[in-house]
Amino acid sequence: MSMQQDMSKELQMHAEPAVYVYEAPIRIWHWINAFAIFTLALTGYFIGQPPPSIPGEPTFTFLFGYIRFFHFAAGYILLIGFLFRVYWAFAGNHHARQIFLPQVWRKDFWEGVVHELKWYFFLAKEPKKYVGHNPLATLIMHIMFVWGTIFMIVTGLALYGEGTGMGTWQYDWFSSWVIPLFGQSMDVHTWHRVGMWWIIIFVIVHIYAAVREDIMSRQTIISSMISGWRNFRDPSRKPGDEI
Amino acid sequence: MQATETFYDVMRRQGISRRSFLKFCSLTAAAMGLGPQYASQIAHAMENKPRIPVLWLHGLECTCCTESFIRSAHPLAKDVILSMISLDYDDTIMAAAGHQAEEALKDVVENYKGNYIVAVEGNPPLNEDGMYCIVAGKPFTEQLRYATEHCKAIISWGSCASYGCVQAARPNPTRATPVHKVITDKPIIKVPGCPPIAEVMTAVITYMLTFDKLPALDRVGRPKMFYSQRIHDKCYRRPHFDAGQFVESFDDENARKGYCLYKVGCKGPTTYNACSTIRWNEGVSFPIQAGHGCIGCSEDAFWDKGSWYARLQDIKAFGAESNADTVGTAAAAAVGTAVAVHAAASVVKRVAQKKGE
Ligand code: HEM
Ligand code: SF4
Ligand code: SF4
Repeated sequence: MSMQQDMSKELQMHAEPAVYVYEAPIRIWHWINAFAIFTLALTGYFIGQPPPSIPGEPTFTFLFGYIRFFHFAAGYILLIGFLFRVYWAFAGNHHARQIFLPQVWRKDFWEGVVHELKWYFFLAKEPKKYVGHNPLATLIMHIMFVWGTIFMIVTGLALYGEGTGMGTWQYDWFSSWVIPLFGQSMDVHTWHRVGMWWIIIFVIVHIYAAVREDIMSRQTIISSMISGWRNFRDPSRKPGDEI
Repeated sequence: MQATETFYDVMRRQGISRRSFLKFCSLTAAAMGLGPQYASQIAHAMENKPRIPVLWLHGLECTCCTESFIRSAHPLAKDVILSMISLDYDDTIMAAAGHQAEEALKDVVENYKGNYIVAVEGNPPLNEDGMYCIVAGKPFTEQLRYATEHCKAIISWGSCASYGCVQAARPNPTRATPVHKVITDKPIIKVPGCPPIAEVMTAVITYMLTFDKLPALDRVGRPKMFYSQRIHDKCYRRPHFDAGQFVESFDDENARKGYCLYKVGCKGPTTYNACSTIRWNEGVSFPIQAGHGCIGCSEDAFWDKGSWYARLQDIKAFGAESNADTVGTAAAAAVGTAVAVHAAASVVKRVAQKKGE
């Protein structure tokens, strides 16, 4: 069954051209995760480039400590959220698997990617409609978000293990091999920081694409992540219809 | 050289009293983080075990490891160990010279097969068949290979032997290569630092001589008892770090107050070493206490990471003076601009479409 037939079939189950795409756990995760990433990037930036010094007695001041604390707390939220998200890829509906398993072995997937690229380069008149993510989005989510997050979690835990020390799971499972893999601790810091920019670039593209698609491709994108439903504002066209 | 001679015999011959000997044992046990009961174990081992010969080789290096070693806080420690070692081979401090010295080396290699330790200071440069470092008329690589062939274990002294150090800095013209990349079939214990702390050196060697085995090593090959924590973990300026109180530039008011040196490039948070606990020169001070950040001298490639006074390291692939943030902001700005242009183009297209309808 091709991806497109798959989606058309799903559509037929509803009278309205609207599809339930994002289940509640996915939506909740999405926004918690967005909040965690925002916190991580903000505090992480300051960890490498601290704010101006503050005066006073160090006993009563813990500014940098709090910055780091919120980073670590948000890091664990990101981690637990991500583990849950991986679990939900198995437990949830088939859209939940999409970003983890881009169907790169399928020809129509790559045709979709090419078509989306054309659409973004103003070469195609209309985008194809997809119930979940379009193939290009799936690919970018997979490479930039999924692997970016895994990278940040692994390097982040390796840095965290340096503080907790030998004998802790963070050190034994992560620091012990991640640090020599990158060279030394400093390299892990640097790559963790490069990873932040990688994620920030993803966020820029992600938000832009979501807003733009919402307007240009006449299907809900942003509100779908709140309500779970994807509405197609152009009832004459069904997802997967060739334009 | 008697085969049955023990460490204790050697010490007594050096004129060391039994009382001093026992003090040395307690001190060593304490330095290695072992309980007091180990002092007697060390004493027992030293009294009964035949002395293990040590060959101390010098490759491409500056001799700062030896300089550090002979300044060990407890004079006894270094006297004892030094005299034990110099009996065999260490071209900086042994009495023998020339052919006599090379004989001594040969003697140990041939008579103690599989039962001696090679301590290497410096590293072999491999370019031009090793011609950049000649010892006794031959490339050091050859001496290293010859001496280690039958050894029990190797100690890589300092960052040179462990990682290559400054002579291996890009572009590494002599191809200075750390010992473990040349000798791959022997247990190697790395004691990095430029130089390593004297007490760390004496403790490591004493541990190996008395217990007849390598101390517990981390994954990189460093003894856990001295390299399992970062300078930052035990730094006395840490409260200022947590408070967010930093030296903004050298000689500012914050520097006078002794604030944390993080912003002026302190590498304490990424450097595994014992300076903040054992300190230097008989425990007098250490760099951070003197107002200068740690430069990370016991970490791999510390010489190639950009400024010692910058918190973020250079990313060489993107040219000099670029770090994660300059690369990141440039990339994010490029993507942001692309997005803005794309958004503008999208609006134009939409307006055009609307008109067409
Ligand atoms: C999107 C995810 C993340 C972003 C954007 C991010 C960003 C950053 C940045 C920019 C730094 C400063 C690096 C430096 O200059 O030294 C940093 C440090 C750090 N991060 Fe993250 N991080 C993320 C995830 C995590 C996670 C999941 C953990 C795990 C708990 C974590 C733990 C740490 C630790 C331990 C440090 C070092 C703190 C220190 O040196 O005091 N990070 N992070
Ligand atoms: S001076 Fe260096 S080692 Fe000490 S707390 Fe500051 S950053 Fe850490
Ligand atoms: S404080 Fe840092 S740079 Fe200084 S000796 Fe110790 S490890 Fe080396």
